[in-house]
Amino acid sequence: MRYIVLLKGAEITTPPPPELMEAIMKLGEEATKAGALLDTAGLSPSAAGAKVALSAGRLSITDGPFAEAKEMISYALYEVRSKEEAVEWTSRFMKLHRDLWPGWEGEADVLKVFGPEDF
Amino acid sequence: MQATDPHRVVEAVWRIEAARIIAGLARIVQDVGLAEELAQDALVAALEQWPESGVPDNPGAWLMATAKHKAIDVLRRRAAYDRKLVEVGRDIDQRDEPDLAAAADDYIGDDLLRLIFAACHPVLSTEARVALTLRLLGGLTTDEIARALLVSEPTAAQRIVRAKRTLAAKRVPIELPPPSDIAERLASVLEVIYLIFNEGYSATAGDDWMRPALCAEALRLGRILAGLLPKEPEVHGLVALMEIQASRTRARTGSSGEPVLLLDQDRRRWDRLLIRRGLEALDRVDALGGTLGPYALQAAIAACHARAVTAEDTDWARIAALYVVLSHVSPSPIVELNRAVAVGMAHGPAEGLSLVDALVSEPTLAAYPQLPAVRGDLLAKLGRLDEAKREFERAAALTRNERERSVFLARAMVADSGTTEE
Repeated sequence: MRYIVLLKGAEITTPPPPELMEAIMKLGEEATKAGALLDTAGLSPSAAGAKVALSAGRLSITDGPFAEAKEMISYALYEVRSKEEAVEWTSRFMKLHRDLWPGWEGEADVLKVFGPEDF
Repeated sequence: MQATDPHRVVEAVWRIEAARIIAGLARIVQDVGLAEELAQDALVAALEQWPESGVPDNPGAWLMATAKHKAIDVLRRRAAYDRKLVEVGRDIDQRDEPDLAAAADDYIGDDLLRLIFAACHPVLSTEARVALTLRLLGGLTTDEIARALLVSEPTAAQRIVRAKRTLAAKRVPIELPPPSDIAERLASVLEVIYLIFNEGYSATAGDDWMRPALCAEALRLGRILAGLLPKEPEVHGLVALMEIQASRTRARTGSSGEPVLLLDQDRRRWDRLLIRRGLEALDRVDALGGTLGPYALQAAIAACHARAVTAEDTDWARIAALYVVLSHVSPSPIVELNRAVAVGMAHGPAEGLSLVDALVSEPTLAAYPQLPAVRGDLLAKLGRLDEAKREFERAAALTRNERERSVFLARAMVADSGTTEE
């Protein structure tokens, strides 16, 4: 079953420590080699994006940045055998931030992608 | 709400780490059966301790360290008989923990490979290889393996126990095969993974979910193997083939569970991510150079379908050409039959039919329902409807799949009504 993990955090004003980036790359490689990580990428700040909304039959398009307190930072797509496995990989990812980027706070939503097992 | 039930965390960590832990232990104790028991002991220790003490910060490392200590205990006990093993035990024991973990890390790649080659060793029957691979590399329970392979739990348990005993009795070393054997040994590994995939792919609606889950398991094993042996083109070939075949999962069954043939599938339901990954794996095969092996060739054929936006866009001439190569690399009547289909599409039903007619007396296809089905299809396209009807009826009588039977009978009826389909 597939899970998409969306990482959210306060907008970054200083670049993340290189040690963190290195550790993230290493974990990503490990998860790929374990056959679990299918795809992942970082996301530019919402200032580079736009929002397309539908409300009361009207489409509206607004350029970023979005008003939300937290920015979407990255996504990761996992193929695993249980929710707990997706949570475990995500915990490992968050622990790297805890250990290598003191003070950073954020949250990762672990969402199940609809699959054949849901029908 | 807290969602950190230690039991479920243990299970997840086990799924992620089991193969690596067993592989590391197998290197130390040189016995996959014992290695698995020791790993299970560590799992039991986690199940006992984590609910009390909380889940450790690095649960994978905890399991590995606990299992290694148990392995060292075993070596110590053996040391009474064998002086040399004392040295090994002390050597391992004297390293402090981070070093032990680092040493384990260094070995992990090769350890896993050794374990895969041992589980797929040619001294074992194919059935035994499949069960042992699911157990040791997949971390599946005996119950899950039984449900996945449609056998009873005692049968699955016995296959696994016997396989371990055979490896021990034949003194199969837990090591990488020598270069002279690598091609044959790798072929055995790839065969096991593809068998697991096909077992899952042949699952039908209403089957236990463990059966289709075998496709995902085989894909996972293939992806792991591709990471361990990045320079072996056939590993990427097999991964490409499985990714592309798996991309059609959602489209190959209709709303009431009936099979939908490739050319009739709603291609919007194909999984674009898996197609992309499959095509990338095929690019890696090309980048490695050399002649294409049977898996890469089948993947290249599957890729022709994956690249075609509509069934009409299919490059049948290329598919027919790839089948010619495949029939040289890996000749079989089924490859010939598939070639006939491609030729029929590329160069017209008459040419396809002449290839199929050459197979009619082939003894290995005597009970193969696809032979009369393909022949019936080509005959129908040529307007020879009476013959087509008889062939579809023969196909219906031969198949053991109920859903498939109704598809063949429906085509027989269409032929009987005297309308050409195309």
